[in-house]
Amino acid sequence: MYANDFEYYRAESVDEAVDLLGDHEGAELLAGSHGLLPRMRTGEEAPPALVDMNAVDGLSSIEHIDGDLSVGALVTHAELAESELVREHAPALADAAGEVGDIQVRNGGTIGGNLAHGDARTDHPAAVLALGGSLDVTGPDGDRSIDAADLFTGHFETAVGEQEVVTALRVPLEDDASSTYHKHRNPLSGYPLIGVGAWAQTDGETIERVRVAATGNLAHPKRLAAVEDALEGESLEADTITAAAEQATSLGDDEFRPDVQASPTYCRHLLSVYTERALRDVLGVDGE
Amino acid sequence: MTEHDITLSVNGTEHELTVEPRTLLVTALREDLGYTGANVGCETARCGACTVRVNGEAIKSCMRFAVQSDGAEIETVEGLAENGDLAPLQEQFQENHGLQCGFCTPGMLMTADTYLKDADDPSREEIREAIEGNLCRCTGYHNIVDAIEATLEQREASHE
Repeated sequence: MYANDFEYYRAESVDEAVDLLGDHEGAELLAGSHGLLPRMRTGEEAPPALVDMNAVDGLSSIEHIDGDLSVGALVTHAELAESELVREHAPALADAAGEVGDIQVRNGGTIGGNLAHGDARTDHPAAVLALGGSLDVTGPDGDRSIDAADLFTGHFETAVGEQEVVTALRVPLEDDASSTYHKHRNPLSGYPLIGVGAWAQTDGETIERVRVAATGNLAHPKRLAAVEDALEGESLEADTITAAAEQATSLGDDEFRPDVQASPTYCRHLLSVYTERALRDVLGVDGE
Repeated sequence: MTEHDITLSVNGTEHELTVEPRTLLVTALREDLGYTGANVGCETARCGACTVRVNGEAIKSCMRFAVQSDGAEIETVEGLAENGDLAPLQEQFQENHGLQCGFCTPGMLMTADTYLKDADDPSREEIREAIEGNLCRCTGYHNIVDAIEATLEQREASHE
């Protein structure tokens, strides 16, 4: 099946991309094309113009900048999964990237496109939310930062504006913190039926700070505030974790996405199981 | 719609062609340039029959527009054999019955060939994971994994 016709423009810089988006109403950015292209072929999206970002320099590096880990928008899932810097400072992100599709898909898709496109089924959002990340974006009015907590507003809906270009993902570097991502893979699609990201700082006895977030069959990726509240300041014990993971079942039916193969009841159960696994992993508490 | 003049290097040969923006890379390779090794299977990035290498990385060529690959170095299954002699991996697919209908084979070969470049004594499980993006509906994968393992063993033996 062919996509509808569209005009194709190749941006040489971020500013040119912003201008091209402004000049062509309804235009979308093209990076790894793994989110957009399949939807254009099914007619779910039909942008009249695409602005290709692949020739823009400076969006492909992973580096330390101002106390953050900065990941360029064009970094692929495979590069994230293999990066020693990401593995060391943001293991949840390396875990999530390594869980995407298969090696060919990981070589194709990019982190900026994944997060800006807002497909709620994908792996990265839970990791990025748990890590307290943010997106650097450039638009007609200049640069701004979007906190991950404000980014995901619906399925294929994000806070990135129509004329804005995501240039980087930033993850704050914090001492003595660890993170992880656990997933129940949909055996057909490879997407997470439920994926849970967890980040924590402890002093070895008390859970000082924690962030837990979920993706998959949810209305949109989100932090699990009730789980976090049940953990913060509590002692580092298996019972604490089990009780906190139970809080994940407090999500209402309308907070899940309808799926004939996975009811909200089933997804709620998966959510508590994978929340517990992610928490035991990140907090280093053994057993079930 | 505006057509675009692009250049694709395929297996070392430069080709200039004119494409609509919506033309997929796999379509340009097959229909415009005659490289019919890459097959069109699921068209949804699942089956891997269209796998080729772009700038050294295995990708699914149904998942990008040809115009995105302007200037890229592309390698297809047609480039594996040298002067009419099958590459060791291809020979091992033949020896081990790693194919039946053959539809998945070009993609399977390109994924496996790319994996073998850096593979260091992988387990069978790791080989299976490496080819998880390529579906075969004939062989049950067992003989494909045998062929990949045999290629590795042959390579190690020739280094000793």
